[in-house]
Amino acid sequence: MKQLRKFWILPALLACILVLSGCERPPIEAVQHGYRGIAMDLIYNPRILAEQADNNAVPPSNGPVPAEGPKAGAVYKNVKVLNNLSVAQFSAFMVSMTSWVAPEQGCTYCHNAANFADDSLYTKNVARNMILMTQRVNTQWQDHVAQTGVTCYTCHRGNNIPQQVWFKEPKQQTGNGLLGNKDGQNTPVAASGYSSLPNDYFTQYLSKNSNIRVQGDTALPTGNKHSIHETEATYALMMHFSKSLGVNCTYCHNSRNFSSWEESPPQRARAWYAIRMAQDINNNYMEPITGLFPPHRLGPTGDVAKANCATCHQGAYKPLYGVSMLPDYPFLTGPAKPALKGQDSAPSAKSVAMK
Amino acid sequence: MEYQNLFTQVQVVAPPHHGVSIDPRDERERFGQPVLIHLFGRLGNAQLGPIYLGGLGIASLFFGIIAFQIIGWNMLASVNWDPIQFVRQLFWLSLDPPLPKHGLSLFMPLNEGGWWMMAGFFLTVSILLWWGRMYRRAIALGMGTHIAWGFLAAIWLYLVLGFIRPIMMGSWSEAVPFGVFSHLDWTAAFSLRYGNLFYNPFHMLSIVFLYGSALLFAMHGATILAVSRFGGEREIEQIVDRGTASERAALFWRWTMGFNATMESIHRWAWWFAVLTPLVGGIGILLTGTVVDNWYLWAVKHNVAPSYPYVFGTPIPDPATSGFIPPAAPVITGVKP
Repeated sequence: MKQLRKFWILPALLACILVLSGCERPPIEAVQHGYRGIAMDLIYNPRILAEQADNNAVPPSNGPVPAEGPKAGAVYKNVKVLNNLSVAQFSAFMVSMTSWVAPEQGCTYCHNAANFADDSLYTKNVARNMILMTQRVNTQWQDHVAQTGVTCYTCHRGNNIPQQVWFKEPKQQTGNGLLGNKDGQNTPVAASGYSSLPNDYFTQYLSKNSNIRVQGDTALPTGNKHSIHETEATYALMMHFSKSLGVNCTYCHNSRNFSSWEESPPQRARAWYAIRMAQDINNNYMEPITGLFPPHRLGPTGDVAKANCATCHQGAYKPLYGVSMLPDYPFLTGPAKPALKGQDSAPSAKSVAMK
Repeated sequence: MEYQNLFTQVQVVAPPHHGVSIDPRDERERFGQPVLIHLFGRLGNAQLGPIYLGGLGIASLFFGIIAFQIIGWNMLASVNWDPIQFVRQLFWLSLDPPLPKHGLSLFMPLNEGGWWMMAGFFLTVSILLWWGRMYRRAIALGMGTHIAWGFLAAIWLYLVLGFIRPIMMGSWSEAVPFGVFSHLDWTAAFSLRYGNLFYNPFHMLSIVFLYGSALLFAMHGATILAVSRFGGEREIEQIVDRGTASERAALFWRWTMGFNATMESIHRWAWWFAVLTPLVGGIGILLTGTVVDNWYLWAVKHNVAPSYPYVFGTPIPDPATSGFIPPAAPVITGVKP
């Protein structure tokens, strides 16, 4: 009998390992983010945060460059976007941009080495539009990026194409069209947080302006017809927010009543503007320049790479943990917009989890 | 250790018995020579057979297998007939209910819910036939029909989820998908859509009975195992006499919590807790969306949900009401027409 019992221990241990292998290895750190005792906690794993830290470090900079002196537009030929910069600023920015976007290829990733003013490379035309986009984000979308703003590095981080972009998914052809319809879900992929939720919702919410709100605002039915089907797509989008920012639901919501603005942490309003900002970027800056890109840069259905939350955030609650690179590049932004009331009220010390 | 009795220690081996004789017509449906299997005896009774299938059993299995096949072949097709992917992705695969645009229509393209309708129909027929089989077998043995009614409580929840509530909501798309993760995602989405199901009082009751069932089961199981050294599992000889295992078990609970169930009533407790779990749960699901649209707001209205201080300064109003206008489309340079 005792022999037999020993024999049982091994399979039991194996089973435990199998069951737990889907879980995240501890430690888990819970940071209070709301009134006490109501499980409004932000959950972090210090080990995973430490792994991310390098990716979110700000690259070295030579500091701000004087804006005085002859203008780049007057000295160089064919300067269309940055012509108001001083030559010193212009040169320093070109060097920075190279290290942010094409550290391996160097200047010739965008420029014809024989004639830097030449527009023959598509990358140069794309870069112009991307600088305009950066300026737009920093001036028009301060509701989301505040005074921190963004630079090329926020998304590119040393890559020609930001690592986390999205394309339209080609229509899944399964089972001869007669059976086995996945309807854009039931597939273990990152976009749905490895759940069975819809995974092809970016077009719906980050290009088109589809409705996200599904909960009713009255206790009894008063004509709210949003379906479970719609709810699952909203849920999937929220999983994307959560994964992209490395936060759980309670960062933006009081999870006992997701739809209520009165009970939501202020971060939720930032995200509301972020959705509109992503639509602006994708519809007004990316879609129109689809024609500039060679086919190998386009997605499986021939669409241009587009932005979602992960493009900038890359797993951090704020890209680069909220460190602004703009003081060295003041020409990428404009004057501060009057902030919305309440928006910039200093969050309680407890709510900032990152150290 | 010998007296802890956590695992089966002893197997009594005797010539297998065919069981009490039943109606001679039914007797024809009972087939197979009984055999003893040692491993079965470690978990339950070592005797396998004779088996009674009968007309209801065969019909139930027939329709059940059809439903199982529809679901399985749809899942296999959704990974393009790749058996390896079928195994790897099995938990993610699903046969989903009709799309919302089909409403309560009975006919829709097979690939947009038609297969789900058929699988649901055949599965329901199969389950109801199996219920009839349980009822009939209990009668045939001269038993009460408690097991059948307990099973019916579970069928009630199943029918509410997949049939009654979708009809009341006017859309089959409200029903639950057939799939492991997909039905869990459905559950979460259902709670999100209807304003947090934890504020649904029938959901609360259902949880009480569910956890209560587990607690009662654990208490009863532990009590009987604890007195099995006195033969406590042989109930009928124990109930009437003084000083038996049964009386010790009763005394134990009277000492520890001042009250005890009896050998008979403990099973009534267990039965009602188990039956009430899906029964009240089904009521809670049925009221969701049909009578109540947002359970959290319902709970606030009826003073169930307390309010807590807001700790983030002034709450930010809904930005959608701020009159926000997105910036106008810019002029794009360098794009060849």
